[in-house]
Amino acid sequence: MSDYKVLNTRAPRVDAAAKAMGKAQYTDDLSRPDMLYGAILHSPVAHAKILSIDTSRAEALPGVKAVVTSEDAGTDPYGVSPARYDETIFCHDKVRYIGDEIAAVAATDPDTAMEALRLIKVDFEPLPLVLDGEHALDDGLPQLHDSYKNNTCAQVHWNFGDVEQGRKEAKFIRTDKMVSRMQDAAFMEPQSVLAEVDPFGNLTMYSSTQAPHYVQRTLAMALKLPLHKVRVVKPAVGGGFGPKASCSTAELATCLLAMKTGKPVKFTFDREQVFLHSRARHQFWHTMTTGIREDGTIAFLEHNAILDGGAYASFGIATIYYAGSLLGGPYRLKNMKYDGYRVVTNKPACGAQRGHGAVIARALFEVQLDRLAEELGMDPIELRLKNVMDAGETTCNELFVSSFGMREALEAVRDSAAWQQKRGLAGQTRAAGKGIGAACGFFVSGAGYSIYRSKTYHCTVVTKVDEVGGGVIVSSGAADIGQGSDTMLAMVTAEELGLPLEDVRVQTGDTNFSVDLGAYSSRTTLMTGAACRDAAQDVKRQILSAVASRVGVPPEMLDLKDGFVVSLGDPIDFNGLREEFLHEHFGFSDLPDSPQLTFREASRIAFLEIGTVVGTGSYRPPKLGGSFKGAAVGTSPAFGCSAQVSEVTVDLETGEVSVDRITGAHDCGFAINTTQVEGQMQGSMMMGMGEALMEQICYDDKGRILNSNLAEYKIPTSLDMPQLDAIIVESHEPNGPYGAKEVGEGAIMPVIPSVLNAIYDATGVRINELPVTPERIVKALKEKRAAEKEER
Amino acid sequence: MKRIVALTVNGVHHELAVQPQRTLLELIREDIGLTGTKKGCGIGDCGGCTVLVDDVPTFSCLMLAVQADGCNVETVEGLAENGELNRLQQAFVDHGAIQCGYCTPGMLMTSTQLLREEPHPSENEIRTAISGNLCRCTGYQKIVESIQQAAEGDNE
Repeated sequence: MSDYKVLNTRAPRVDAAAKAMGKAQYTDDLSRPDMLYGAILHSPVAHAKILSIDTSRAEALPGVKAVVTSEDAGTDPYGVSPARYDETIFCHDKVRYIGDEIAAVAATDPDTAMEALRLIKVDFEPLPLVLDGEHALDDGLPQLHDSYKNNTCAQVHWNFGDVEQGRKEAKFIRTDKMVSRMQDAAFMEPQSVLAEVDPFGNLTMYSSTQAPHYVQRTLAMALKLPLHKVRVVKPAVGGGFGPKASCSTAELATCLLAMKTGKPVKFTFDREQVFLHSRARHQFWHTMTTGIREDGTIAFLEHNAILDGGAYASFGIATIYYAGSLLGGPYRLKNMKYDGYRVVTNKPACGAQRGHGAVIARALFEVQLDRLAEELGMDPIELRLKNVMDAGETTCNELFVSSFGMREALEAVRDSAAWQQKRGLAGQTRAAGKGIGAACGFFVSGAGYSIYRSKTYHCTVVTKVDEVGGGVIVSSGAADIGQGSDTMLAMVTAEELGLPLEDVRVQTGDTNFSVDLGAYSSRTTLMTGAACRDAAQDVKRQILSAVASRVGVPPEMLDLKDGFVVSLGDPIDFNGLREEFLHEHFGFSDLPDSPQLTFREASRIAFLEIGTVVGTGSYRPPKLGGSFKGAAVGTSPAFGCSAQVSEVTVDLETGEVSVDRITGAHDCGFAINTTQVEGQMQGSMMMGMGEALMEQICYDDKGRILNSNLAEYKIPTSLDMPQLDAIIVESHEPNGPYGAKEVGEGAIMPVIPSVLNAIYDATGVRINELPVTPERIVKALKEKRAAEKEER
Repeated sequence: MKRIVALTVNGVHHELAVQPQRTLLELIREDIGLTGTKKGCGIGDCGGCTVLVDDVPTFSCLMLAVQADGCNVETVEGLAENGELNRLQQAFVDHGAIQCGYCTPGMLMTSTQLLREEPHPSENEIRTAISGNLCRCTGYQKIVESIQQAAEGDNE
């Protein structure tokens, strides 16, 4: 049991009541009396030269207030990674995917804006398409960008340890492949933007973004505005999962329209546009050769990956590095070779999505471990336990794990799911079509490096005490996109100041409040949580110093607890301060009458002594990682890890898979909020299950998405989801506040492979193509039966 | 040509002139200004816009405003009583059913009607009732638990 009063509890989220009453304001809920409505013209063809753009008829339409193209926006490139700025706000020379943005319109109502789009005439000269990512880098194909030779946007070549030596030591070696499909994050809230400019030329943009700070930076750069003239505000956000982390043309174009018209402009994606814009999960082709020694230890991994990233780089540079680096853990793996290629094709650009870059690589590697365990005749959990790292170890690619509950997590799911019995190891017979599978995962707890090559802080927090005394307000640029970081900040502050949660107000998601790099790479609890703790401690020091000086004791003899100032030494006579407070509040009815000095009085006295009490906290990671090229990606102050056991029933006639139960254990270091840690784990299980079994973007041969809606792009419903058991492992991370580290993304890592391993256990067939649809299972079963018949 | 639509929303009578192509969702959000009801897809796939129309959970993006003439409409804003969360809302808050919150209004309206018709639903009945309301954050587990909790609270 911890001594914490607020932390490590199931405190309700601070934003939950407003959301339950329909009072939480999301971007599309905002409006202005004289607001215009934006609309964007997307390319209807996947690859073509733009010969001409004629906007004259659109501009002449009554109600149209502005039409913007690259003429207005310029053609300077921008993007996510400074080394790969390959997007322009609007296309000017050519279009590269169906959905590429050509022009935008602002009109007095949405219907007029849509009508104006129809009046814009664009002449295209069609170009041949590149749609097959696996072969996009072959010679002789059309080139999407002049700067990406052989359509290769990025490549990584790593060789850690001695793979050849590992090969010699290995007793069992096998090579396997896996291919996935592009996926959509399918957050419930489509992206929305409202932009307005004040009379001094200050631009304010409200946006459903995950990263207000980076979006502010990109807006300023691409719109050629001084950074301090751009403010980005994130209202409530209806999920992001990665794709809302990068600045979009929707944001840039809406700002441009607001600047051009001088009026507020709102623009909201429809669901099809969410799919067209994408920036979601890449398509991955992985080939891995893994060897294990006779004792079951992993000897080496040789890994080749091709990532289809669609038309632009977006976050893809980080993606290709993560796809390799995150296999460095959670197992002792001293010899690892990685060759990764991230290619561009005439499809919507892919970017970051929960478990950035590493999800499909993890899936194949964990499947390989299962297959090798089978060849060796060892239980797959036993094999994993033989290999897991412990705290204090460093991976071959120089990732240091300062806390690591991997072993504990794996044992927890093994025991909780009754693995021995269900696997049939204890001699029980099993029903046909029932299977059980396990897997592990490994993820960063905040990216060790930002895009800045400077010593910038990754976040700051400003905590101000009410001058009237009693409450505090925490201000931060951090982005709560549904994961619950606002509640984390409130809980940390309440804990430090000995206050009830309701006396802490949190205002976040605004670049006016502080710098914060945003909600990505599972960074907020560790980084912003640390800054928040420091800000609260700063406030506490100031209040206690002020009180101490008045009562004549050293400040270190005072503490704040349960809403009171308490003496750590002899009893203190606070009557003088009490009288001063009461004197000030003649006529009030809610005055303190307890024998102790309340926080309310103490904070008022502090204001009277030193003025407004403001505490600040800042965080930046220490120098991390190795010196090899790309060593920065994958570094983190801490690493989360997780294990899962999935149980499935497969209909051996129809190939239909039902997941019956998922038992997951995740090492989050320390659960600031128990309910929310479980919530992140359960949400990850659902997203992973969807990706394993049903989620895929389908394209036709013209590059059109065939299922750009939530009926045909299937995500799990309440009827698809089984019981989800979430077990929290707390390894007390030394680099995290109170020992806390990530849970937002790591928990998705074991889902796909544990389901795949369970399907194999149920059917005896391995499916190396995701998602595992009934057709693929039936086909594999047929092939297996045919092969068995032939053998006979 | 605008048409006059007379309807009751959360107990308040409204008479509004609306274009015939406008949806009930647009009427609720834009004309009446109750933005608690969410648009997630606009084509009846996600359930985010669910409201109760004469006690029937209805995707308001698929219903024309003029079709609601004479109807009694309930939205998420109508659930709280005197500013206090009702039992179902409180259960959602207490049991972690709300993360991003975008599916919450629709989820609450669907489950409100479920509990009116079946005060003690089984887990399967709950999962079936909310299967038209997509949630991407929670894995549904805590939503199901919250609805069960609200139903059990009814016994006390």
